[in-house]
Amino acid sequence: MLKYAIKRILLMIPTLLAVAVIVFLVLRVVPGDIVELKLTAEGGEVSLEQIEAEKTRLGLNDPLHVQFIKYMSGLPRGDLGISLWTEEPVSAEIAARIGLSFELALLSTILAVIIAFPLGTLSALFRGTILDYIIRILTIGGIAVPSFWLGMLLIMLVLATIGTLPPLGTVSLFADPLVNLQQMIWPAISVGYRYSSVVARMLRSSILEVLSEDYIRTARAKGLYEKIVIVKHGMRNALLPTVTVIGLEFAFLLGGLVVTESVFNLNGIGKLFVDSVVRNDLNLLQGLVLTVATAFVVVNLLIDLFYAALDPRIRYQS
Amino acid sequence: MSKMNIAKPKRRTVWDFIKQQPLGFIGLILILIMSIAAIFSPEVAPYHPEDVDFEASPALGGGQPSWDHLLGADAFGRDILSRLIYGARTALSIGFLSAFIGCTVGAIIGTTSAYFGGKIDLIIQRLIDLMLSFPIVVLAIVVIAVFPKTVVAGIDINVIIAIAIPFTPKVARVIRSQALTIVTLPYVDAAKSAGFSATRTIFRHILPNVTAPYLIMLTAFIGQAILLEASLSYLGLGVVEPTPSWGLMLSGVNSDYYRTAAWMIIYPGLAVSIAVFSFNLFGDSLRDWLDPKLKL
Repeated sequence: MLKYAIKRILLMIPTLLAVAVIVFLVLRVVPGDIVELKLTAEGGEVSLEQIEAEKTRLGLNDPLHVQFIKYMSGLPRGDLGISLWTEEPVSAEIAARIGLSFELALLSTILAVIIAFPLGTLSALFRGTILDYIIRILTIGGIAVPSFWLGMLLIMLVLATIGTLPPLGTVSLFADPLVNLQQMIWPAISVGYRYSSVVARMLRSSILEVLSEDYIRTARAKGLYEKIVIVKHGMRNALLPTVTVIGLEFAFLLGGLVVTESVFNLNGIGKLFVDSVVRNDLNLLQGLVLTVATAFVVVNLLIDLFYAALDPRIRYQS
Repeated sequence: MSKMNIAKPKRRTVWDFIKQQPLGFIGLILILIMSIAAIFSPEVAPYHPEDVDFEASPALGGGQPSWDHLLGADAFGRDILSRLIYGARTALSIGFLSAFIGCTVGAIIGTTSAYFGGKIDLIIQRLIDLMLSFPIVVLAIVVIAVFPKTVVAGIDINVIIAIAIPFTPKVARVIRSQALTIVTLPYVDAAKSAGFSATRTIFRHILPNVTAPYLIMLTAFIGQAILLEASLSYLGLGVVEPTPSWGLMLSGVNSDYYRTAAWMIIYPGLAVSIAVFSFNLFGDSLRDWLDPKLKL
């Protein structure tokens, strides 16, 4: 197991290196000019010399290979360069916001799992009944409803019932957990609905697949209680693909957060991501993309290790 | 019993689809209604989408849904229903074009990868792995950042490309796995030994045999693309004013309107949801009908 784990961890390095190189190259083609945008934002005339001087100061006029070496040599130290807009270190900008996004991601995962498990299981066990149809429509709906719109509806609902919306994302979880949860629950629901639908659908189809396996027929034929057949023989095997989906959706949650954080005006990395594009802040965008890729690779690793722990076949194969 | 009972090859008709997949049929009907609204927008919509009726602006306390404006009016006093109908044009054209480009390019890459195998296959697969390690929205936004805004004949080309690119690796992966079994079949060997070029073998002999997964993914991704276009436009990174777009209608809604002009928020989101819902419903049923084992 340890050997397998080490091998998998070492395999992460080339993947992340490739992402770093490609992201660097792709973002150097960006036509927009942050410096011009930044200087003209304050209004007034800006001369070409001023723009050039600012560019030189920020290191944007360095030859590509110099920029590349500087960027790559910073990576092992966790140095992602400075944000071209605020001139703070990119890693500090991300670190300041990642906690909020992580909390939101975790909260919506918990919500999603709580909702998805009963829905997916019931839908599979009562296949073809009215209940199954209702759950299927609900979960197809979850994939269709834009999370930002659901967020807007929730804000409307809160305004109409409670009256005022607590200012969002200002109270930290550790300062006052209750107020924090009151604030975070709405964005978590708006992300979680889609998330739970994806998981419930996966669970439904994998339970259905497992239930048609030979060993289920064997279990039934030898006279086991249906409950034991479903829980011990069915669910256990259906869980593997479902866990993968939960993990992947978690790693990909930033996609959902990008819009949701904008709706609820939360200062997380999703919003930072949109800001970095609007402002042409290449260094920040680059750092964020690398962060997303790292999150994905790490979650993938955890899923694989989890699989290997559960299923000896995977350990020995490789 | 002199005659042997030879089973007729089952021909599946549209009627079979309706009978076996009623939910999918509902989806199809909704799609047709939306398409008609999009094609005949000028005939169907009560107003021009950019017609301004200041008296009906919620900023002045007006704009409630009424006989003049069935679904109300927006902050500029523009008719919401008309903007939704014209918005269907934006949603469906961008949705279809980006899904079509993404799926077609993906299918070609997938079959090529399977046909050549070996090193080429390995390199393509690693690149696909790389692209798949990003959420669709993130990849789309990066593409938006890289491509300059390009509008040809009123269609935002950069938005279409930004949506198509994240779909490509997903399609390529599924199609490749299907094509891998096809390249081992005798008729591909026959094509090769007849001296046909790789291009001809791929396009004439392999691609036509992955039509079913291609169609299933195309319908599924049109829904995804509509959702993505709405999200991008909502964030201010997609289609820009005055083009009527559902996502854009939800963008920058003044916080006062959450209380006073709920119709400005409810209907555009409903339009996106119904559109995506219909395509998902149809796509799902199409998969159950054509290839239930296909995993997307």
